[in-house]
Amino acid sequence: MKVSIFITCLSDAIYPQVGEAMSRILACQGVKLHFPEVQTCCGQPAFNSGYWDEARTSARTLLEAFDDSDFIVSPSGSCTGMIHHYYPSLFKDDPVMLTKAREFSGKIYEFSQFLVNVLGVTDIGAHFPHKVTYHPSCHGTRLLGIKEEPRQLLANVKGIEFVELPFAEDCCGFGGTFAVKMSEISGAMVEEKVQHVIETEAEVLVGMDMGCLMNIGGRLRYEGKQVRVMHLAELLHEGVKQKV
Amino acid sequence: MSTTFNPTTTIKDRAHISLNDEFLRNAVKYTTEKLRTSKKLASDELGNWEEWRERARQIRLHTIAHLDYYLSEFVKNARAAGVHVHFATTAQEAVHITMRIAEAKGAKSVVKSKSMVSEELHINHRLEEIGVEAIETDLGEYIIQLAGETPSHIIIPAIHKNKQQVAELFSEEAGEVLPPETPILAGFARAKLREKFLEADIGMTGCNFAIAETGSMVLFSNEGNARMVSTVPKTQITYMGMERIIPSLDDLEVMATMLPRSATGQKLTVYMSAITGPRRQEDSDGPEEMHIIILDNGRSSQLGDPEFQEVLNCIRCGACLNACPVYRHVGGHTYGWVYSGPIGAVLTPRLNQDMEKWGEVSYASSLCGACHEACPVKIPLHDMLVYIRRQKVEEGYTPASERMAFKGFKYIMSSHRRFKRIVNLGKTGQKIIARDGAITSKIGPLKGWTEHRYAPALADESFRDTWDNLSAELHVNGNKMAPDVLKRLQEAKRRREEKHHE
Repeated sequence: MKVSIFITCLSDAIYPQVGEAMSRILACQGVKLHFPEVQTCCGQPAFNSGYWDEARTSARTLLEAFDDSDFIVSPSGSCTGMIHHYYPSLFKDDPVMLTKAREFSGKIYEFSQFLVNVLGVTDIGAHFPHKVTYHPSCHGTRLLGIKEEPRQLLANVKGIEFVELPFAEDCCGFGGTFAVKMSEISGAMVEEKVQHVIETEAEVLVGMDMGCLMNIGGRLRYEGKQVRVMHLAELLHEGVKQKV
Repeated sequence: MSTTFNPTTTIKDRAHISLNDEFLRNAVKYTTEKLRTSKKLASDELGNWEEWRERARQIRLHTIAHLDYYLSEFVKNARAAGVHVHFATTAQEAVHITMRIAEAKGAKSVVKSKSMVSEELHINHRLEEIGVEAIETDLGEYIIQLAGETPSHIIIPAIHKNKQQVAELFSEEAGEVLPPETPILAGFARAKLREKFLEADIGMTGCNFAIAETGSMVLFSNEGNARMVSTVPKTQITYMGMERIIPSLDDLEVMATMLPRSATGQKLTVYMSAITGPRRQEDSDGPEEMHIIILDNGRSSQLGDPEFQEVLNCIRCGACLNACPVYRHVGGHTYGWVYSGPIGAVLTPRLNQDMEKWGEVSYASSLCGACHEACPVKIPLHDMLVYIRRQKVEEGYTPASERMAFKGFKYIMSSHRRFKRIVNLGKTGQKIIARDGAITSKIGPLKGWTEHRYAPALADESFRDTWDNLSAELHVNGNKMAPDVLKRLQEAKRRREEKHHE
């Protein structure tokens, strides 16, 4: 039984600490992990912009990388959603690749999904005595149906003071290339998201997608706000370390 | 923001105008939030919302899959009830049919109840050109007609106007100052429109649903104006998109459950009229002559297209507009044509069949999927937006610089070695612009990003650089999966395979 990490290009190059936290949590649970190094990007930037040929090239690296894996775990609901929801349509005209794409789309899990639904773990014994709010990312919730899993994990963190984010399910305005292509609209969206985060008076904003968190976090810093932005895996991992 | 239909502007230009209109943004936010909340209350109160959605979706899927059959049934039954049924392939043809009827009747004035299809025709302007006065009688439509604008929402056409702005418009029309108080403003419109109803030669309506088995057309309204329009004038003209069909009265029950709840959070609209043919001898009111103009205008091109046929399932409730975080900030006129929000971003390029001019409207979405989640018939609008973007690329209407950028993407992402090299190059390159893990400079390709937020710097060591050490540390106690984990994985895999074989 082979469990592999799909790190995503964003976490690989910019947020390696997210991949590390995820790996440590899973290893602690007794999972033997692999990292097939031929992986690159899921292709979503090209796919969403309409460049499907370019997206397919990128997608092929993943199909090759994870061909012999039984489970693939990723720290991003969006990239997982891309594979799970769109790979079959991306390869709809290529019967051989379509079979592989369908198989792959069934084997990939977002981190909290894997932890809760596959491993059956909802409490990893973390202690995190801070005021925390949570942004549920659109693709994780809507393409993958992950609604309760992150909340269950957070609910079992000792000492946490959880506060709901107003309009939590509204998109933060990231949308990949949308943020650059329609930057003014995207800017208005993230400005409002940050207002809502500030309203909660939380010390920490937690999420399950570094794209959204890069956007919201970038806006928080731009406005000089001190809210700490963390991936769920980072928060849990730090919480386990703090316990001792 | 004033009128739309300015072909020289881009979606970015129009968004820029809306984003700088504080009144518009506040008005749109206020109303869409209210509608979202009422929709949630109404659907929770109904219960089994997902089952209702699935039922509604199945009805629409079935009807559209057999549209030729149900459309001819409808036409047969409507004609048997005495309706003059006309088919218009284009908006232009529908205009000509309307003109011929208006001329034959020697019409001087027309009263209209709300019809989005009539907006595709610009019928008000065309009638004015031949000296026929066309008056909108839906309150919201009346407001924007006075303002010389077009609807900015499918259900709430004047959503972008606040009370003060309405009072100013009405005061100008009244020739006296009217205070911004709803009863006074509504009272003015009622008195003014009453005269118009009585003197109109033709009443024009839209059509929410057309029932194949009875030949009836069904109108949902809240102000009673649709009833006045369809009973007082001697001639009635109804505009109907060719996809408005449902098979039977039983299906209307489902639609009447879904449409008002999704649109405004009402259990039912104040008025629901099913009209079958013109006035019969025993009827106390109704038009002497009734025309239904069935419009194609790009709709039939969606039939048989596996990616887009479902867009014809739309029941025009506007729930996707209210749920859309982009619409929330930019309002309806930004989309540039008749329909706005996510459904507009799909319909505009698809019905106009013009990717060069309209393909860019599909970019007005972060692809968050809130539209799909809100849709009472589960149209995958977020998927369709991506298909439109792909179509635009395939037809060669994207800028050369963008095509180059994605060629670069393809080159880099096709090999992990190249990807790694590029990341390393970036690490060297960013040394001059990154401070404390962030990039703030508003130049070059990052400009769109950094104008609104800081960009993160690349990490000193990427995850793949650290993996060998990390892996050695993590798996220090051996290379095996823990037995209970193995059991869980086997169980999950078995469940997965069972599901796959179902």
